[in-house]
Amino acid sequence: MTDQKPFVDIRHAKKSYGTLEVLKDINLQVQKGQIVAIIGPSGSGKSTLLRAINDLDPLTGGEVWLEDKQINKKLPHRQYEAHINQVRQEIGMVFQHFNLFPHLRVRENVTLAPKMLKGITDAEADKLAEEQLDKVGMLERIDHYPSQLSGGQKQRVAIARALAMNPKVMLFDEATSALDPELVEEVNLVMKKLAEEHMTMIIVTHEMSFAESVCDRVLFMDQGVVVEEGPPEVIFRNPTSDRTKEFLRKHLAGQHP
Amino acid sequence: MQKVFPFFLEAAWITVLLSVLTTILGLILGIIGASARLSRFALLRFLGAAYVSVFRGTPALIQLFILYFGGPQIGIQLDAFEAGVIGLGINAGAYMTETMRGAIIAIDKGQIEAARTVGMSRGLTMRYVVLPQAMRLMIRPLGVNINAMIKATALVAAISVVELTYTAQRFIGSTYKPFEMFLIAGLLYMIIIYITGQAVAWLDRKARIT
Repeated sequence: MTDQKPFVDIRHAKKSYGTLEVLKDINLQVQKGQIVAIIGPSGSGKSTLLRAINDLDPLTGGEVWLEDKQINKKLPHRQYEAHINQVRQEIGMVFQHFNLFPHLRVRENVTLAPKMLKGITDAEADKLAEEQLDKVGMLERIDHYPSQLSGGQKQRVAIARALAMNPKVMLFDEATSALDPELVEEVNLVMKKLAEEHMTMIIVTHEMSFAESVCDRVLFMDQGVVVEEGPPEVIFRNPTSDRTKEFLRKHLAGQHP
Repeated sequence: MQKVFPFFLEAAWITVLLSVLTTILGLILGIIGASARLSRFALLRFLGAAYVSVFRGTPALIQLFILYFGGPQIGIQLDAFEAGVIGLGINAGAYMTETMRGAIIAIDKGQIEAARTVGMSRGLTMRYVVLPQAMRLMIRPLGVNINAMIKATALVAAISVVELTYTAQRFIGSTYKPFEMFLIAGLLYMIIIYITGQAVAWLDRKARIT
């Protein structure tokens, strides 16, 4: 595994807002099919790092690569736009607040981008929507509007929307943080299913038990640096850093008595 | 008394015509103004902002006077009706610019991010994600702009367009009944505004997302 060329490669990522440094020289290599969880307290920079991968929050220093393409290339405006719109098609993203398009039905939420960007026919789009929605268990709601769905259902549709572009990697930005506790499981199940299909995933999460059961690797971030990283059984059961221990102790209080 | 009614009806028609044409011009200028204010280019943003501050920052009556009375001095010859439509339209456009811009920037940033992360360009995102939602948001406030503008058409009486207010004033001279004359004009304005309000409310209901 280690000698393989990384699939997603973040090199010396730096990000600052004025004098505030939110990412301080972060390196992260993810192999194809790997599932990496990023955990850490709020303000640790984990979401910023994730959002740097598709250049939603551009880095102030460092490089992000997907296979042999540099994502955050410095290009003149027009060329950059063409470039980024192309690479973003290969990177699916799921947000904490779903961000479904409220004016479109579930079906059109899934097919809007493929129709616009891949020029597929209406019949192909319908088939695509049905496939993807079936995968997340939302086929029955295909003609509903997002406002008629529960949070868990919305998030499953959002995952189907991202999958419809047939991405090479999926980014999850606290996908279950905004959900009522009883709705978390249905979204976790969909993510587990993707894991079984060997989708490459980078997951920012507060769900420690989910991270432990699904991920190959866990990064603990605090104050803009990766404090510790390793396999979940090490990070969760046997962390070396005091900051990791402290974070887990606080976080797991109440979850695992 | 009865003799004045046909004149008032004709005048009401002129007011309606003024309102419709001004609304159309205002909407067009509003779209241009809002696009400029939201442009990537600083110069366009500046021009948009200047348009809004100049025309919201001065009385519409002064704008009409400058156009109608001052226009010929700089080679702009307009009849009173044309000056009324153009003057009020430019004025309404400044208000509508802000209404449209407000509705567009009110759309949740997450909507734009969701569209951009699947690879949609700025243009596609604006057209298929932001505008369909913003247009629904702007119906009511544009209705408020139009309401204000219909009432502002009374100002063009001052440049002698024969609309409702001018007609009321004209008949005071022959009837000596200012109370009745202004009451008739007021009632006709109210009918026009009521119908417009209902139309806006209907559009708003129709555009609502289920």
